[in-house]
Amino acid sequence: MRYVVLIASEPGEWEAADEEARQELFDAHHAFERFVDEHGSRRESAALADAETATTIRHRAGGPVVTDGPFVELTEQVGGYYDVELPDLDTAIAAAKLLPRSYTVEVRPTVQVEGYEGR
Amino acid sequence: MTAGADEHDPSKPSGPGGRDVSDGPDAALARVVREEWGRLVSLLLARFRRLDLVEDALADAVEAAARRWARDGVPDNPAGWLHTTARRRILDRLRGEAMARRKVPLLVVAAEEEGSGAVRADPGDLVEDDLLRLVLMCSHPALDPAAASALTLRLVLGVTTADVARLFLVPEPTMAARLTRAKKKIVTAGIPFAVPAATELPERLDVLAQTAYLAFTAGYAPGSGPDALRAELAGEAVRLVRVVLGLRPGEPVLTALLALMLLQHSRRDARVDAHGAIVLLPDQDRSRWHRDEVDEALALLASPALTGRVTVQAAGYAVQARIAAEHATAPDAASTRWDRVVAHYDTLLRLAPTPSARLARAVAVAEADGPRAGLALLDDLDEQLPHSHRLPAVRAELLSRAGDHDGARAAYAVAIARCANDAERALLTGRRDALDA
Repeated sequence: MRYVVLIASEPGEWEAADEEARQELFDAHHAFERFVDEHGSRRESAALADAETATTIRHRAGGPVVTDGPFVELTEQVGGYYDVELPDLDTAIAAAKLLPRSYTVEVRPTVQVEGYEGR
Repeated sequence: MTAGADEHDPSKPSGPGGRDVSDGPDAALARVVREEWGRLVSLLLARFRRLDLVEDALADAVEAAARRWARDGVPDNPAGWLHTTARRRILDRLRGEAMARRKVPLLVVAAEEEGSGAVRADPGDLVEDDLLRLVLMCSHPALDPAAASALTLRLVLGVTTADVARLFLVPEPTMAARLTRAKKKIVTAGIPFAVPAATELPERLDVLAQTAYLAFTAGYAPGSGPDALRAELAGEAVRLVRVVLGLRPGEPVLTALLALMLLQHSRRDARVDAHGAIVLLPDQDRSRWHRDEVDEALALLASPALTGRVTVQAAGYAVQARIAAEHATAPDAASTRWDRVVAHYDTLLRLAPTPSARLARAVAVAEADGPRAGLALLDDLDEQLPHSHRLPAVRAELLSRAGDHDGARAAYAVAIARCANDAERALLTGRRDALDA
């Protein structure tokens, strides 16, 4: 199974963290990554810049409209993701539990869109 | 205190050929569906990994059996007949899909299970682990709890979708959609058909217990429909716990939960009067309590399963069961050992200090030490239970016992205004009016 693990964290948490707190965040990410490597594999991952740097593009009656900000304004914003291969949801949940305790983590399965082949 | 647990255990399979020869075809079919459904579902899932096909194929097989058995007689191995028929239906569908070249996502099955289904074709050889896999899959914490509860009744106990809908008081299409959504989530999200690692199992059995207790309490929620129906749903939840306890004998959380459910369930015939009005515990006719269930619960509470280290949840169920047991063993309301009930509530509050447990403790303290002692414990609960009708109802009752009828009337007015349930409001109004008599 392929899952995208979406991470929501408090905006500014990283900036506010001292060296020790940053090391704890790193350690938790390393534990997650080791666990994923043991039970499956990592495809991609990234930390995202602040939601306030996002740009949203929507199609309206008059044509595409570009606006400042993320597509949903929520208190929790996606701050990063991992794209991983793991055997099942239980393994994915066990991995997600290793990420920093200050995060809220969403595990989403990916799907194959029937008839679509990427170029 | 004699144990009734071992004498009659409906979770034990009757086994091939174990049926009563006097059964008519309809009764034989109803029985095999009731006793073997979960095992048949788990066997077919282990083999085909197709949650979407298995349930439909088994339902088709039951329909075919209703016609064929009436004509040809009941087969020697009814469960085997259903299994073979359902398996053929699934194979037909798979052939159809192969022709259409459809690719359908498969259920994730534990690695050691894959490909091993073929050697276990006979339901008589069923590995009990398969049924445990099914139960844990249906009660997975990643599913909506209410949907998990309904799905467990459907797939493990074989309760029809129509009956599950009726029991949970929703229209059948609503329930069918809810079950479909839960099954889709299982397959798409990769919820495995597997027994988790030993370190994870206690937590998962806790969630399973919550799932079963949710079905049980849905049955006993006041105003949740006719009383017979409520008792039926609660009875199915009891059966679910029995089935799983049969797979995991001595499991603390299931032992404690079964004891709690049996004690509450044993009062079902005394909870309402001939007109459908609620009868409170002190006024219930105790001769109408099911004594065999009380005895079984007491034996469960005394069993070694609950003497070692248990999870907080198991301890919580056990202490609630011990409170219920104090009532069940008192010959009449006046002989209730309220001092021991209070001590049990002290234990419960250490485990889970919820406002409703504190309210219940205050009631017990009032019984043990007088209404003023109980009233003193209510003072700081208002902030935590701002919408509860129970808190002002308890206050009204205790004020009336303490002789403050004006205070009681005012508290009843608050309780009646907050109460959303007709039967309970009628009870409160009756109590208030009795103050003036």
